[in-house]
Amino acid sequence: MEPDQDTGSHFKSGALAERVARESYGRLLALLCARTRDVAAAEDALSEAFAAALTAWPRGGAPDNPEAWLFAAAKRKLIDAARRTRTASAGEAEIVRGIEEFVADMAEVNVPDRRLGLMFACAHPAIEESVRTPLMLQTILGFSAERIASAFLVEPTAMGQRLVRAKKKIKDAGIGFEVPEPAAWGGRFPAVLNAIYAAFASGWSDPMGADPERQGLTEEAVWLGRVLAQQLPQEPEVLGLLSLMLHLDARRVARRGSDGRYVPLDEQDTSLWRRELIVEAEQLLYAASKIGRPGRFQLEAAIQSAHATRAWRGETDWAAIALLYQALAELTASPVAQLNAAAAIARRDGPEAGLAATEAIAADNPMLRDYQPYWALIADLAAKLGRTEAARAAYDEAMARESDAAVIAFLAARQKSL
Amino acid sequence: MKYAIIVYETVDDFAAREDQRAPEYWNGYSAYSGALQAAGVAAGGAALRASDAATTVRLRGGSRQVVDGPYSDIKEQLGGFFLIDVPTLDDALAWAVKCPAAKTGAIEVRPLLEMSQG
Repeated sequence: MEPDQDTGSHFKSGALAERVARESYGRLLALLCARTRDVAAAEDALSEAFAAALTAWPRGGAPDNPEAWLFAAAKRKLIDAARRTRTASAGEAEIVRGIEEFVADMAEVNVPDRRLGLMFACAHPAIEESVRTPLMLQTILGFSAERIASAFLVEPTAMGQRLVRAKKKIKDAGIGFEVPEPAAWGGRFPAVLNAIYAAFASGWSDPMGADPERQGLTEEAVWLGRVLAQQLPQEPEVLGLLSLMLHLDARRVARRGSDGRYVPLDEQDTSLWRRELIVEAEQLLYAASKIGRPGRFQLEAAIQSAHATRAWRGETDWAAIALLYQALAELTASPVAQLNAAAAIARRDGPEAGLAATEAIAADNPMLRDYQPYWALIADLAAKLGRTEAARAAYDEAMARESDAAVIAFLAARQKSL
Repeated sequence: MKYAIIVYETVDDFAAREDQRAPEYWNGYSAYSGALQAAGVAAGGAALRASDAATTVRLRGGSRQVVDGPYSDIKEQLGGFFLIDVPTLDDALAWAVKCPAAKTGAIEVRPLLEMSQG
């Protein structure tokens, strides 16, 4: 299949080229390794194909269908590589057969999208949990091991080894790239969602973008969420996850003052919230709720939706937030969700009730006493009740458990104002 | 792909082979084995006697060391294995979890190393 040569006008915009490359990478990798299950070999072939494109396209113009061009080039590299290595197994024949089945697909205008199958493979329970998100970032988005290592605060060599081991496991253990029937999803589907949310959270915890490697990780996670929502528009938790990420992302700018100061949610300037993202998040959540299967991400999105109403009504619906957090705590058995419910109860019923709820939760979950937000909440409620000494001590405990300088400065200022 | 469904059984599972639970125990395995056959995925296997029948041998410095008992003294012991031929790990796991010992012991699923044909 020879690519059509034309002026490549749609490639003149660098941003567009980058966007196509980003989307193409995961699509092509998913196609290339779907049959062989050899992610590493497919990655090598694909990067050679991209390198070939960098020399061929400026000279002869970008092809009409860049994905088909890249796939054809990568396919040739993959076959060459299989011939070169001549593995002991019947691998080569398998690879050639697998690829030829897809050549037919490539005749279609659109490259079939098998990224979802690749995501399921990356999030398989047979893959060590801590490497699932990095593996997804690498295979779907083409992130380098160095970039992922930096985002997850891991040594690059260690991250590289984990990724290599995970890819070897996929190949050797025969982890399938087919998307299983929903009935057989079991723990795998939540693992896909959790991996995407973990990528989002990793970027989210660096709101100033101080770390260039983590910059854009929230954006990439939203991108993965969109890919997933495109493919599974009938899965309410997918829509819930995307809604949650968009609600949070809408407030990105408002989370820090112009001087880098930490701004807590209920002191944020709502005019800085991005309305178009909130509107999209609301539409997604509405579509999810109509399907009638609630879940963790829908509840979390609903909580953020209740916070977002402040942009229109000027006040937050604490009663709704308390109920939603209680439902979330019940569903996930998460002490953090319980703590958030207690914080909302304090806003709804007053600091006395909130403090009682908080202390009751900590009595059941002693590990909360090592969690910064627990102490910040205790401090805030004690201050509101006029218990200055207890508040001061709790702020000390909170600061001792926080690593973000902006948050520490915020806590110190609160303590000083007692 | 071919997989070994490696069956680790508890002391109580081994006891169930021989006490009043024996009919139930063996019916469970013959039903399982029958299901593998019926699905066309069975590719071999064997049941093993309990680990007190095991003898372990090592060759060290040219001399043979024979000891009574299994290689590893863990709580669950190898009770047998099935070989199956299925497309993916998920198919293998789906069969493994149906093995009677999955409820009491543990099932290890391991791909076979495919040997070269020439």
